[in-house]
Amino acid sequence: MSGIRDDLLKTVDRIFGEHCPKALRESAEAGEWPAVLWRALEETGLDRAALPEADGGSGLAFEDAMLALRRSAYHAAPLPLAETMLAGRLLAAAGLAVPQGALTVAPVRTSDRLEFVHGVSGATVVGAVHRVPWGNLCAHAVVAGELDGKGVVGLVSTAGAARGVDKNLAGEPRALLTFDHAPLIASAALDDALARLHAEGALYRSVQMAGALERSLEYALQYANERVQFGRPIAKFQAIQHMLAQLAGQVAAASAAADAAVEASCLAPDEFAVSVAKSRVGEAAGKGAEIAHQVHGAMGYTREHDLHYSTRRLWSWRDEFGNESYWQSRLGRAVAAGGADALWPMLSRL
Amino acid sequence: MHEFRFEPVQMPAAAQALRGEVRAFIAEEVAKGSFTPSGNSWSSFDPDFSRKCGERGYIGMRWPKEYGGHERSALERYVVNEEMLAGGAPVGAHWIADRQSGHQILRYGSERAKRTILPRIAAGKCFFSIGMSEPDSGSDLAAVRTRAAKVDGGWNISGTKVWTSGAHRTNYLIALARTSPKGEDRHAGMTQFIVDLSHPGVTVRPIYNLYGGHDFNEVVFDQFFVADDMVMGEAGMGWTLVTGELAFERSGPDRFLSTHQLLVESIRAVGADPDARSASDIGRFVAHLATLRRMSISVAGMLERGAQPSVEAALVKDIGTAFEREIPETFRHLIPTEPTLGDGASYAELLGMTILCAPGFTLRGGTREILRGIIARGLGLR
Repeated sequence: MSGIRDDLLKTVDRIFGEHCPKALRESAEAGEWPAVLWRALEETGLDRAALPEADGGSGLAFEDAMLALRRSAYHAAPLPLAETMLAGRLLAAAGLAVPQGALTVAPVRTSDRLEFVHGVSGATVVGAVHRVPWGNLCAHAVVAGELDGKGVVGLVSTAGAARGVDKNLAGEPRALLTFDHAPLIASAALDDALARLHAEGALYRSVQMAGALERSLEYALQYANERVQFGRPIAKFQAIQHMLAQLAGQVAAASAAADAAVEASCLAPDEFAVSVAKSRVGEAAGKGAEIAHQVHGAMGYTREHDLHYSTRRLWSWRDEFGNESYWQSRLGRAVAAGGADALWPMLSRL
Repeated sequence: MHEFRFEPVQMPAAAQALRGEVRAFIAEEVAKGSFTPSGNSWSSFDPDFSRKCGERGYIGMRWPKEYGGHERSALERYVVNEEMLAGGAPVGAHWIADRQSGHQILRYGSERAKRTILPRIAAGKCFFSIGMSEPDSGSDLAAVRTRAAKVDGGWNISGTKVWTSGAHRTNYLIALARTSPKGEDRHAGMTQFIVDLSHPGVTVRPIYNLYGGHDFNEVVFDQFFVADDMVMGEAGMGWTLVTGELAFERSGPDRFLSTHQLLVESIRAVGADPDARSASDIGRFVAHLATLRRMSISVAGMLERGAQPSVEAALVKDIGTAFEREIPETFRHLIPTEPTLGDGASYAELLGMTILCAPGFTLRGGTREILRGIIARGLGLR
């Protein structure tokens, strides 16, 4: 591991170790903005870590920015880091300046569309978008769609746009935003802007799930070694050992799939690698969370143990930016259209 | 706790160039009619094809040139093997010798063993079987009862090996035998021997497998003499050698490509415009396959660096063979077919063959349960 990566890991773990206690997770679930934690991220530039240096990034490689994101998920940090990174990358890709502060993106639901129209004083956006992550707490959203038949990315204020706020299973806010000819503060063409938003969002969720899975495995191993039943730690029972071995397999596969997608997506999301990652990691999230809870018994079924901060995120994130079926179907249709004999050449090109 | 890290591996340009060569060779052989792509690639015994592989330098790729090898990298070897399996080539004759026996001889064999055997393996003219399992020793390998008694100039072996793939056609096997009585440490006192199956004193009887094929055998040794220089390593080192050998056996593409032909033919049968369920199931398999391949290549990279990734190998085999077993179970729903006994020429036969081979995927080379025990040990639970 490189020295830069080591230092980065230390910094990230220190920030989340210091600023992400249980009380902060609880207050965030109650709807409070995690101001202190966010400020700590901004001070170290982690919120802009995925941006190219020329666009205000911190000069980290994309892989390292994704490692930071993964650690934030490992620590179950309740903030829109993925969304801010994603919004910034879309703006930068379109040649637009990235504003300060936390950002979100829309539409995130694969069936939602926003309409972009020319107004008297520039382009505007119209429509309702569901379950926008942190949409009620971020001042700006980066929106994507089509204008004049071409991909477009724009920056819009969320002031007055929130019509309601749901929570995902992890208690993270998901807002219904409605735009009625809201002016775009800035906009520019970007090829396949919406597809790019979805794919990059799916990539980031995959990375986050890999982090949450890693933590779930650690919790399960620790618990199995500590919990004594029938006169010995339950980790000594073969049934438990085999469950943990399967959990380790899911975690390892999820990591491998997420890593591959990150490597392939340094400049722009790679459709194939992201489809593989969101499909495989999403599946691992469900299977992994199931095993982690089974190992924890009743203790993990309570809020007394911290496992729920990881597993509730897994059960939320696997359904955001397209669930497994969505990405599997895209992948399956592409493979079928290419023909059976094209499968192996495609798989082995890397 | 053991941290499982499947570091990324960059395929060198030489490996990708080699991929094109192997693919062209396979296409040429198929066009000539020398074989029909089979779902049972690494269990298909075809000495002619093995000889051609030897001529092209596809066997013993990592071994030194002085022993007939080609001094190529683990990743180049990986590329050749995965192309053979994906192409359904009949590599079964030389597979074991190339994958594990030859490597073991190179590391632990006597100079005579290396000089007389390795060049013939690399030429695709000398084939091996594995002599580990016995009637009362399967997963519990340390329970082997085959004995070797020291005699002047060598050892006399007596005992029975079972599930010995290909022993009716291979030239040698490497037998694990007890050379001193079982004591406190049940892993001590075992030794591996290179056994020449053409010598008298060995009886090979067929054991027909689930699909009716003759692959397995029972091999009985009766006072079978093996010379001192056909001992692997030192007497008593058997357990260490066997566990090292199994790491090579477990992480390769043969642990997730056993049903690749069925996957390809199923995609063909589903057609270019799949329904929603077929599309998502195919996509799911492709996602699994791409991920497994990355993990397996990562283990090849670890082997290249001289690491001992036995836990990672167990993990790849556990999830790889589970993936293999899901393929027939899923496609029988998507493409309603009554599976048919036969040689795999039609889709119904390929499906039938795969269903009957599938139980073996999660048994051979270490059962799923043994693998999970190894992973659990890696996690610090044992």
